[in-house]
Amino acid sequence: MDTRSSAASPRSGHVLHRFANPGQFLRLSGRVLPWLYWPGILLTAGALIWGVFFAPSDWQQGDTVRIMYVHVPFAWLASAGYFSLAVCSFISLVWRHPLADLAAVELGPVGAAFTAVCLATGSLWGKPTWGAWWVWDARLTSVFVLLLLYLGHIALVRAFDDPTRGYRAGAILALVGVINLPIIKFSVDWWNTLHQPASIGLTGAPTIAPSMLWPLLFSAIGFTLLFAAIVVTRTRAAVMERRIRGLLMAKASSASEQEALS
Amino acid sequence: MTRKHKRLVLILACGLGLGSAAALTLTAFSDNLVYFVSPTDLAKSDHTGRQLRLGGLVEQGTVERTSATGSAGVRFKVTDGSADVPVVYKGILPDLFREGQGVIVLGTREPDGVFRASEVLAKHDETYMPKEVADALKKSGRWNPGAGPPPPASTWNEPVKQVTGQPPG
Repeated sequence: MDTRSSAASPRSGHVLHRFANPGQFLRLSGRVLPWLYWPGILLTAGALIWGVFFAPSDWQQGDTVRIMYVHVPFAWLASAGYFSLAVCSFISLVWRHPLADLAAVELGPVGAAFTAVCLATGSLWGKPTWGAWWVWDARLTSVFVLLLLYLGHIALVRAFDDPTRGYRAGAILALVGVINLPIIKFSVDWWNTLHQPASIGLTGAPTIAPSMLWPLLFSAIGFTLLFAAIVVTRTRAAVMERRIRGLLMAKASSASEQEALS
Repeated sequence: MTRKHKRLVLILACGLGLGSAAALTLTAFSDNLVYFVSPTDLAKSDHTGRQLRLGGLVEQGTVERTSATGSAGVRFKVTDGSADVPVVYKGILPDLFREGQGVIVLGTREPDGVFRASEVLAKHDETYMPKEVADALKKSGRWNPGAGPPPPASTWNEPVKQVTGQPPG
């Protein structure tokens, strides 16, 4: 993500076009993919076994705290995924980068699924801890809006007969929705919410005991690798699908030409 | 290149406009975006008869179970340090309800100043620690859960240190 956003400066625009070559993308991503899948699977499995069976239970939540090892990484990835969607949309609108269009289309459903799991696990945690499945406080509502933005993007990019118009409309929606990301992050600091403020920040020690923090960090890295792996796999499939469609169209048109000639 | 630059400037300008519009809207509606009011807010303005949410800590030593009238009820005070509000509630309390815990109660304030709650939610703070750490903090006298949130995490000692280390002189 960082390399993408740093590549998004106008001077390095020509660098982007080297990666616009679908063949180059397929070769590069094919080589990277196993390095995403295998460490992702191993780290996630290890971290979840650690979190569920070996990490201590919380002094007041008891075993309910273990939901954190899924909920927190999914919440981070829901926001990070939307940020990547916005970066793709930005590149697509400014540089008309075809791969950014495809990546944005493929990011949407994955991000929406991660957001939905984040909301579901949060709800399962909220009932025993707070005493409510759901409340309309600023944090929960803004994450629900994030899910709606993802769903809106999924619907919008597929709503046009001409895919290019869908990509443009979806990119504009994604960029407008970016305003929701700081609201999600800072909602717990700006307003009174039922949701607790962040436990891990850039300044100050985390307010999670180290014995619980380590499995959380490993599961976050693991799920991030898996998220990236799923998106890259989907984007590869989309590139290949587009290639096959192009070949079929060429074949069909040449066949109809021959028919017209004979 | 110029078309790209134009699009870039256009998008950045739109983003700037949209961002400031959102910031202004959020500032304007700030009062409506809070999920609960504090006892101090409640004391400042008259909310009598209006349904609202009150948030704060359950004041130490104020929890009274009132089961005399048949159904289980509870009476306690919600405080934010500078003001407190008496609350009465009939119903099931969340598991995390205790003295010193952050709670959010939904209800109305009666003319006599008592807050009649129809729902009590426990607020979990951002601290996560194993039972051993909590016990060690309590035993060493550095934290009383009844009095409020735990001390900053940087001052915690792992229980191992508690056992093997020399007691602070």
